[in-house]
Amino acid sequence: MGVAVYICHCGVNIAKTVDVKKVVEEIEKMPEVTICRDYQYMCSDPGQELVKKDINKYQPSSVVIAACSPRMHYPTFQGTLKEAKMNPYCLEMANIREQCSWVHEDKERATEKAISLVKSAVAKAALLEPLIENEVPVTPAALVIGGGIAGIQSALDIAEAGYKVYLVEREPSIGGHMAQFDKTFPTLDCAACILTPKMVDVARHPNIELRAYSEVEDISGYIGNFKVKIRKKPRYVSEEHCVACGDCATECRLADRIPNEFDHNLSKRSAIYVPFPQAVPLKYTIDPDRCLMITRGKCGKSPKCVDACSANAIDFEQKEEVEEVEVGTIVVATGYSEFDPAQKPELHFNDLGNVLTGLQFERIFAPNGPTSGELVINGKVPKKIAFASCTGSRDKRVGNPYCSRVCCMYIAKQAHLVKEHIPDADVSVYYCDVRAFGKGYEEFYERVQKEGVHYRRGLISEVYEEDGRVHVRGEDSLMAEPFDEGVDLLVLGTGIIPNADSNEMGQLLHISNSSDGFYLEAHPKLRPVDTVTDGIFLAGCAQGPKDIPDTVAQAGAAAAHVIDVLSKGKITIEPYNAVVDTDLCGGCRICESLCPFDAHHFNEEKGVMEINDTLCKGCGVCGAACPAGAISLNHFRDTQIFAQIGAVLND
Amino acid sequence: MTEESFEPKIVGFLCNWCSYAGADLAGTSRTKYKPNVRVIRVMCSGRVDPLFVLKAFEKGADGVLIAGCHPGDCHYMSGNYKTRRRMELMRRMLEQFGINPERLRLEWVSAAEGARFAHVVNDMTEKIRELGPSPINGGATDE
Amino acid sequence: MSKPKIAFYWAGSCGGCEVAVVDLGEKIYDVVDAFDIVFWPVAIDTKYDDIRNLEDGEIEVCFFNGCIRNEENEEIARLLRQKSKVMIAFGSCSHLGGIPGLGNLSSRDETLDYVYRKTPVSGNEGGTMPCTTCVKDGNTIDLPALRTEVSALNDVVDVDYYIPGCPPPLPVIEGAVAALMNGELPRKGAVLSTEKTVCDECDKEKRKKMVGKARRIYDDDVDPSRCLLEQGIPCMGPATRGGCEAACPSANMPCTGCMGPPPASQEQGSRMVTAITSLIGVENEREATAEEVAEALASLRDPVGFFYMYSLPTSFLKRRYNDE
Repeated sequence: MGVAVYICHCGVNIAKTVDVKKVVEEIEKMPEVTICRDYQYMCSDPGQELVKKDINKYQPSSVVIAACSPRMHYPTFQGTLKEAKMNPYCLEMANIREQCSWVHEDKERATEKAISLVKSAVAKAALLEPLIENEVPVTPAALVIGGGIAGIQSALDIAEAGYKVYLVEREPSIGGHMAQFDKTFPTLDCAACILTPKMVDVARHPNIELRAYSEVEDISGYIGNFKVKIRKKPRYVSEEHCVACGDCATECRLADRIPNEFDHNLSKRSAIYVPFPQAVPLKYTIDPDRCLMITRGKCGKSPKCVDACSANAIDFEQKEEVEEVEVGTIVVATGYSEFDPAQKPELHFNDLGNVLTGLQFERIFAPNGPTSGELVINGKVPKKIAFASCTGSRDKRVGNPYCSRVCCMYIAKQAHLVKEHIPDADVSVYYCDVRAFGKGYEEFYERVQKEGVHYRRGLISEVYEEDGRVHVRGEDSLMAEPFDEGVDLLVLGTGIIPNADSNEMGQLLHISNSSDGFYLEAHPKLRPVDTVTDGIFLAGCAQGPKDIPDTVAQAGAAAAHVIDVLSKGKITIEPYNAVVDTDLCGGCRICESLCPFDAHHFNEEKGVMEINDTLCKGCGVCGAACPAGAISLNHFRDTQIFAQIGAVLND
Repeated sequence: MTEESFEPKIVGFLCNWCSYAGADLAGTSRTKYKPNVRVIRVMCSGRVDPLFVLKAFEKGADGVLIAGCHPGDCHYMSGNYKTRRRMELMRRMLEQFGINPERLRLEWVSAAEGARFAHVVNDMTEKIRELGPSPINGGATDE
Repeated sequence: MSKPKIAFYWAGSCGGCEVAVVDLGEKIYDVVDAFDIVFWPVAIDTKYDDIRNLEDGEIEVCFFNGCIRNEENEEIARLLRQKSKVMIAFGSCSHLGGIPGLGNLSSRDETLDYVYRKTPVSGNEGGTMPCTTCVKDGNTIDLPALRTEVSALNDVVDVDYYIPGCPPPLPVIEGAVAALMNGELPRKGAVLSTEKTVCDECDKEKRKKMVGKARRIYDDDVDPSRCLLEQGIPCMGPATRGGCEAACPSANMPCTGCMGPPPASQEQGSRMVTAITSLIGVENEREATAEEVAEALASLRDPVGFFYMYSLPTSFLKRRYNDE
């Protein structure tokens, strides 16, 4: 019985500032303490052996290790306890290294603080209870949200491992932003050539259920057992019958009258369309906001598309369908949006014709784009082109302090492509730093400079029109001189921003957004793919701006995590959950709306609240709000925290 | 007690994910700060029941520090907002109790802000030192 | 064999508790049949000396209502404790300090100064203040002094049981009296009422909550069939022990908390503070400034007065301090 306490020297890391012997002396006096020892390195094998031997000999009810941060070695010592056949939750650590010896110089006061911290740990440990980890079975299927390169890669990897994947894409086709690119930096691979085969693989894979033109409407449940509602929007075209001949689009009364979003409005399409010729699934879709039959109920005498369709695929009676599927894990690969330069009024983006965003310029180069790959802007071949880097990135004024990580390189790539198309073009890049950090990136940047692209350090502060040319004005901070250049085309190095619905989507998924609006990973370094919600993983730009190689790498990592969970068939859940004492719960339902994980369920019959152990993540926000004191949080009970308060205040 | 010899006793409640990690970072960066804060780790700042704050004052704390994730960064999405609201009302109540509300401090410290944690601790220690011992601690009444 | 003796006493309180005893109606005859009432200043003519002359523990049960506000309250509490086998704190004031306990937010001098000199109706032109010794017609009279702070009964003597409420609701008194007569009293220190909160007894419809701003009961669009709290009306029900059959909410008045904290609550006021502030929404909270958060909570006026209406002297902090 009692508490066994171990004070670690951590070589000199602790012992240099904390008088370990003195700590032992003081702690030994505590009535709760059965045995108190110190040791050079508690985390070493002999250190752990010491603990195990004592557990066998003294049978303590709990163990305190005073050493480094519990964030560092709590799992290590839990393992030690397990090996000694002791409940791994009867362990408390006192952080006398990171939060004591390393941050204080006065040995006497550091020792005094260490004693206080260990006393606090002992006071809590004496009240710890054994906790049992929950095990839940896992549904062997995954949901991947988003059909860009991240979602495609994750879906393929998971499917290849033998598990069923539901891949949900809100647009009529998968492919995402990558499908809009012409070439990729720094290797100048043709984007379509490396992407479209993967898209076709998705369509053909027996384990992948593609749900294009669909959205995730609701998610409930928890790791291993999520229930997902997928809403399939009506295409008004039978996917079964459509053969994608395109006759409907040619005949459509609105042909070439609707801005084509795939080309970033640089071209026009019909009301019935495929976003691009390589679309997967290659099925036509009727735009419900534009089609005359849908918006007005009438299209001439009869809709021309219906007349043109020899496969009789058009069906204006089609309704949306909601399907419920069960999956064990979820990959969030919802991608990004492009920064809207209209937010920076000094760029006059919407007023001037010869200013394009980065993605618009991508479409100009694309063989399937508005100019069929010809570098022609408003009917003219531009001879003088300027690029403006950091448009909407590293810019606190528009609320985006972060670097978008791709703009420098896509500008370099596009500058190169300009030179390739028009060798005598005068190309300048206005930048504040060039971040060419990836493999082969710096080399590519150098190559582009050698090709005659001028890099001028100084961001463009104003854009205006004069004599039919776009003028860019600013200060060259290397030459310390102002510049004002008239150009034929200004390309903005527009950055990456989170999707407009990223907060809403985060709430649906019960995952957090970081302050920049992208989804928050569980740990920035060690768990960059996990979210705080077990079983939900992140891939690609949904988590933060990244280039294609990083996206594909993260997508693969997310798939590996998914496969890890699915292959185990069951998972254990940390037992730090909130528990309701139903004898005391008055059924006021205050806690219910506070739970970010919907773990609370009101039992109408008994008039009491119940908490689902698996959904509960143990944050304790409900326990701290229960007016009756009926909710307690395992391992962080009020009594345990009161004991700590008393101990640190020498009560 | 003279001002020289008065060492404020401050109880700190730190959320596991941001502020406790930030305090750890101050350690790994060897950033030095005053040893007056005694940290109690909780999973989320939203776990900090006003009861804990009152208990700490009752037991003689000269100050109470609560640190959590920045708005929008909460590991549990919204726990820190609950804490902010609770502590706002607590401050008003402390005033009614005749306790200087500056003795209760809520700060946002991220896992990357080791230096900021050190600054918060130093700053709070000095502010509390200026305020002197808690009237509850010293038992001084207004009569 | 003589009947067991019982006593009733009225310390610092309004007298409502005495009325509550009378509310027992004819059931009081059962009490009189079973017990000999040796002391009940409001109803029968007895003197303190009658009690002093009893043996220690000679009184079977003492029902003590009222807080300990002055020295007399304290002296008689000690005397009755000495003479009684079972000491019962009867009503919110003796149980928790009660409404007079809010006097702990002012010092004794402030209280006296206000009451005797500053109220609009004091009419005390000479500024006379009460004193503890008075000479009249050659006789010296000692008067009990006002204590510096209000205490609940268990702050000055050991208390065996508590009967909560302001005043204790009839069913609670009846239950306690029955338990007493049948010798079925629970473990020492128990509050003789239910363990669950007022909400458990309140039949208003409760939904998943989210409160906008705090409102007042006289706002016209309050739906009487629904939980008052979720309509923004601060109601202490969730943080208050039941037993009253939700008398106030049933009459469409919010609970003010007289039954005190439920068993695991420890501190009624802060428990309700945390519950209600958890519910009050702040718009676009992520961007909200400290001022906006304060503004959202500004509608909760006089928080200590409201949340600790009955329990200030038994709360963690107990009273006002002076933090210069």
